[in-house]
Amino acid sequence: MLTKEYDPLKKQMFQILDELGKVINPKAVPKIDKETLLRMYRTMSLGRIADDKAIQFQRQGRMLTYAPNHGQEACQIGPMAASRPQDWLVLAFREFNAMLYKGVTLEQAYLYWYGNEAGSRFDDGVNVLPVNIPIGSQLSHAAGLAYAAKVQKKDEVSIVYIGDGGTSHGEFHEGLNFAAVLDAPMIVVIQNNQWAISTPRHKATKAETLAQKAIAYGIPGIQVDGNDVLAMYAVTKEAIERARKGDGPTLIEAVTYRIGPHTTSDNPKLYRSDEEVELWVKKDPIVRFRNYIMELGLLTEEQDAALQDEQKQYVLDTFKKVEDSGLVPLEDIFRYTYETMPKHLQEQLNDYKKYLKSEGL
Amino acid sequence: MATLNLLEAINQTLDQMMEKDDKIVVYGEDVGFEGGVFRATAGLQKKYGEERVFDSPIAEAAIVGGAIGMAANGLKPVVEIQFSGFMFPAYNQIVTHLARYRNRSRGKYNLPVVVRMPYGGGVKALEHHSESLETLFAHIPGLKLVIPSTPYDAKGLLASAIDDPDPVIFMEPKRNYRAFKQEVPDELYKIPLGKAKIVQEGSDITVICWGALVREVEKAVSLVPSVSVEVIDLRTIAPLDVDTIIESVKKTGRVLIVHEAYKSFGPGAEIISIINEKAFLYLEAAPVRLAGFDVTVPLPKGEHHFLIEPKQIAHEIKKIMAFQP
Repeated sequence: MLTKEYDPLKKQMFQILDELGKVINPKAVPKIDKETLLRMYRTMSLGRIADDKAIQFQRQGRMLTYAPNHGQEACQIGPMAASRPQDWLVLAFREFNAMLYKGVTLEQAYLYWYGNEAGSRFDDGVNVLPVNIPIGSQLSHAAGLAYAAKVQKKDEVSIVYIGDGGTSHGEFHEGLNFAAVLDAPMIVVIQNNQWAISTPRHKATKAETLAQKAIAYGIPGIQVDGNDVLAMYAVTKEAIERARKGDGPTLIEAVTYRIGPHTTSDNPKLYRSDEEVELWVKKDPIVRFRNYIMELGLLTEEQDAALQDEQKQYVLDTFKKVEDSGLVPLEDIFRYTYETMPKHLQEQLNDYKKYLKSEGL
Repeated sequence: MATLNLLEAINQTLDQMMEKDDKIVVYGEDVGFEGGVFRATAGLQKKYGEERVFDSPIAEAAIVGGAIGMAANGLKPVVEIQFSGFMFPAYNQIVTHLARYRNRSRGKYNLPVVVRMPYGGGVKALEHHSESLETLFAHIPGLKLVIPSTPYDAKGLLASAIDDPDPVIFMEPKRNYRAFKQEVPDELYKIPLGKAKIVQEGSDITVICWGALVREVEKAVSLVPSVSVEVIDLRTIAPLDVDTIIESVKKTGRVLIVHEAYKSFGPGAEIISIINEKAFLYLEAAPVRLAGFDVTVPLPKGEHHFLIEPKQIAHEIKKIMAFQP
């Protein structure tokens, strides 16, 4: 059991790959088939390209405020690759890569940040809840999903994301405690990217690790190198098995770094040094994983270059579709408030339509 | 047909609905083993087991947030907030998620959640136990707000609320929990949401009320035997039964709204606005609100000043009737 081997109180962090992608913990390397390894890599690569592009689009005034993921790909792809299609993904708002891996289309993911609710209507069978902006409030949703699975004897686990900043929130405590007492099959992944907008982690909590918070809930917690996709995969796999056996939640602290700003509205140069950022750029999760699969002979430089060219084009084509999607129809802003539109809403809609018509609009 | 008080009617409805539909789960603080501090859920855990009826930690946000997840994954949670004055930690979940999930997901996730909570004054309670906070829910798009006044209504409205595809806030007038009994059919039945009840017909003045105040209005009516009063029990605050209100006001031309919720920006203000928009020319006198003062609900030694008495209601009725343009 990894959670027994790595004690968060002793600041023991689980790792498989070093910063260059060399295996330093051979006995912990998870068995992952070739197809899955390549899918993981392809999604990380697409996620990185689409994420970097999103910032450009926003700077060009073509997209709303956007929360970048650059540098946090491994702690999103590892757990998703370890999950099964029926397992739930419950989002905070910086899980672009995780969404893509679970079957949210790039078009949908973009559409949301483009300002259209249709981007949160994921396809049937894609067990992903919409982006959740109010910090920390998603934990209890994941607890509820998991508990419902348990009551209905469905073999499903919920995996919920939160940031280091979110662990300060009361709802972090309530949700985790709720899931723990119900033995709900839930896994919490904290993306500890060191910064909650401009507030550094050490100002948000006096605890030395975030993983140790698990102890208070009577559940296992483990600190993992969040830029090591294999370690994230292995630890999630173990947590899923634990949850399926009825042993309840696991708390995973993924130690990572937000290379970009909090959102496109933020200038991180005001509160952190370039040296600090440089240090983390050297730990790039994609470079590490690429070195690893190249070493395994699954990918060549040429194949990688071709893949990236293809993905860049795909991203541009997809964003074109998003830009062509137009405005939300008037009826749509009313239609989904209740299952059946109540009279007063019908009346507000009709009055507004009459106004438009009378003014020739 | 049994004679039940309002609490017993709620308990019976939960029992019969749970028997019929195994997707229903019931939980909240002390709701399982003890059956709730008021015993609204008494006996349910014994009958349906700890998985479907359980004690939650004292965590209102997680109670409602958990229900959101459960509903998104196929269950129909009916949760209890012990007193409405303690709903504020859950208000974040109610407003930012419960009310909006259907819209946010463009119809993918309906959340058939019922949040029950006792509300209102008149039971000599501690601070935070006597508020009437219906405005805070009625104002929010995506929520329905239901308030029964009698055991019969409680049963039919709760059954409808549980089967409703939208989230429903179900506020229970705790002053009426054990105040009186009424014959309630043994079998399940439904009273449609969004439909008011005309408690008694009249032609001189319309008095609009709900919850515990309905009884007070009925008592007031007997104090003004010379006035023909039409009494409307709204039953559902959101969405409002505008048609019943307007039809009645067009008939009587006079209107009094009685509620314990704070007066300013309260439900009465909304109802009068609608009347002005839709029946302005039928009015014989200015519509009047008799409502809770805009003060913090006093503790029991001062609460008598705050509660609305039948005599006061009768006084307002007489004043409106005496009005000459």
